[in-house]
Amino acid sequence: MILVPSGETTTLIRPARGWIPLNLRELWAHRELAYFITWRSIKVRYKQTVLGGAWAVLQPAAQMIVFGLFFGQLAGISANGVPYALFAYTALLPWNLFARGLTDASVSLASNEGLVRKIYFPRLILPASAVLAGVFDFLIAFGLLVVLMLYYGVVPSAAILALPAFTLIAIASAMGVGFWFSALDAKYRDVRYTLPFLTQLWLFMTPIVYPLSLVPESWRWAYSLNPMVGVVEGFRWALLGSAWALDPAVAVSVAVVLVMFFGGLVYFRRTERTLADVV
Amino acid sequence: MAGPVIQAGNLGKRYRLGQHEPYRTLRDAITKAVGGAFRALHPTSSRANHGARVPASAGYVWALKNVSFEVGEGEVVGVVGPNGAGKTTLLKVLSRITEPTEGWARIRGRVGSLLEVGTGFHPELTGAENIYLYGALLGMRKLEIDLKFDEIVAFSEIEKFIDTPVKRYSSGMYLRLAFAVAAHLETEVLLVDEVLAVGDIRFQRKCLGKMEDVAEAGRTVLFVSHNMAAIEQLCSRAMLISEGSLKKVGGVDSVIEFYLSSVDARFGAPAGVLATSPDGSVELLSLTPTDREGRPVQVVQCGRDLSLSVLLRAAMRLPGVSVTIGVNTMFGTRVALLHSAIAGQTFPLAPGTHAVVCRIPHLPLAPGSYILDLQMFSQDESLMWIPQAQRLMVESGDFYDTGKTPNPKWAGFFYLDQEWHVSTISR
Repeated sequence: MILVPSGETTTLIRPARGWIPLNLRELWAHRELAYFITWRSIKVRYKQTVLGGAWAVLQPAAQMIVFGLFFGQLAGISANGVPYALFAYTALLPWNLFARGLTDASVSLASNEGLVRKIYFPRLILPASAVLAGVFDFLIAFGLLVVLMLYYGVVPSAAILALPAFTLIAIASAMGVGFWFSALDAKYRDVRYTLPFLTQLWLFMTPIVYPLSLVPESWRWAYSLNPMVGVVEGFRWALLGSAWALDPAVAVSVAVVLVMFFGGLVYFRRTERTLADVV
Repeated sequence: MAGPVIQAGNLGKRYRLGQHEPYRTLRDAITKAVGGAFRALHPTSSRANHGARVPASAGYVWALKNVSFEVGEGEVVGVVGPNGAGKTTLLKVLSRITEPTEGWARIRGRVGSLLEVGTGFHPELTGAENIYLYGALLGMRKLEIDLKFDEIVAFSEIEKFIDTPVKRYSSGMYLRLAFAVAAHLETEVLLVDEVLAVGDIRFQRKCLGKMEDVAEAGRTVLFVSHNMAAIEQLCSRAMLISEGSLKKVGGVDSVIEFYLSSVDARFGAPAGVLATSPDGSVELLSLTPTDREGRPVQVVQCGRDLSLSVLLRAAMRLPGVSVTIGVNTMFGTRVALLHSAIAGQTFPLAPGTHAVVCRIPHLPLAPGSYILDLQMFSQDESLMWIPQAQRLMVESGDFYDTGKTPNPKWAGFFYLDQEWHVSTISR
């Protein structure tokens, strides 16, 4: 048997006091595990379904049709001149990445209880991988967006180059909230029962079925504390080209994402060390 | 590379009794979470807050207390002790699954830990996919797994099913595959918890063989097991942990001997009442091995008649009482069950003291020490369960009336009555 040389790694184990470092080196050392856990989630997601990966498109497409009927046709909400279907879909795309990621991340620790209790690895990998696995669905769903844009003949401007950045922000906000919720859910399973209700409410607090311009100017500031406001507005701006201007509220929203993300990291690290005892 | 590979100083781990905090509303939880974030920003105040949150009445238990030891490079150290003694907690702390409450430990080199074989397998994934996933969970690099993949598959002996989802596997196949991956984990330090208690005997032997290879490869191993034979075979030193603290460290033989004698000490002549049922309806006074004439005996001989006499006092009328006695080896393996109801007997008991006697003619138990568990029922409802209620010593006897006895090494657990004859099929 050959021992894998590792250099002189020394592990010191003692109760943590005060400030707990994020220990990014440790995370980096476990990147392959993060990859495998993400891959596992993608692989098993649509196992034993007939439609398989098509579900990733069908869900947002169905939402788009329902919203289009009720809000676009019946309620007659104006989409600032953009076809309502496209208007809704450009928002639903990042929204589903966020909502699905948030939900999966939140329950990730408790649903992997066995792993948490019996195997050591940075626990941050679980909620983070849960969000990353959603990127796969996002990419599939993106296909329909391309079809819609071709159909409506919408040509994106150079702003489309900002799309990857807004995708990252969507991921960061799902992770940021997911870190908080997963650590809480490990201890209080109440979290998982509030999730469906919470995401539904959150959806209507985000400019998805209506444009941001519908929100009174004086409320805009408070409204944009919702991290998804920036993401959704950013997506429309990047995709719809000249038809959409970037609202300054986006900056506030993005700042909130950053605060939640790093705050979540710190909170998670604090909880992590005793997760195996409480989960 | 000088000095110990594993070093522990005054390690302690405290658990709150009942594990989970009492249920609170989500609002409390959120308030607390927000508070937690603020505490994170003010590390100095965090300790004080933490203390204040703990209700004064909360019960705590030290699963581990003041544990200090050193393990040198290439040493294989066995960890023995009764269930719930803190052995697994020690491994959990050393493998960083949970944080110690006090003390410290230092480990040099990559640490691999096997607390449970197969945790992390995903039922929907195929055997091959699970090898990668489980390998990564145990801390193996993808490259490492690539290199050892064929070896792992060969070791698991399930080549044919490697592309089948593991949910279609039998539990034996599942464990074989999991152990095959685990056995190929090549870290400098290995922490192993009772993983050999799985699978069929033949595969267990194979795993033991693999473990021996590990021991010879110069790795440092901490090995928790109830299997004293495995500990004797694999380890050079042993530690006895009991009630959360380190009771003895030393040579394997002396530690095991000390452990077994401390188990013995618990069976010192009991006086008065051994146990009372929760409702007070019945008291167990004694469980005594007796000979044919009903005299208590310390040691019984294989092949003789044995009686187990259960002395009990009923405080009220008890209908349909039945008694079961489980016979276990010193390592906790159940070898036989004596069950009055299954054997066709239940007894109505009037208030008073009674002796319920189980007679085993021509005792077939192989020589050795056994531990007896006792359970009592009234109309299928358990009145009391007393694990490790008594010890039974069986010594060699002339079971076959031939003056010959099998070599204890090969005898197994039982001597069976047997008849042999030969018939010629062709000439």
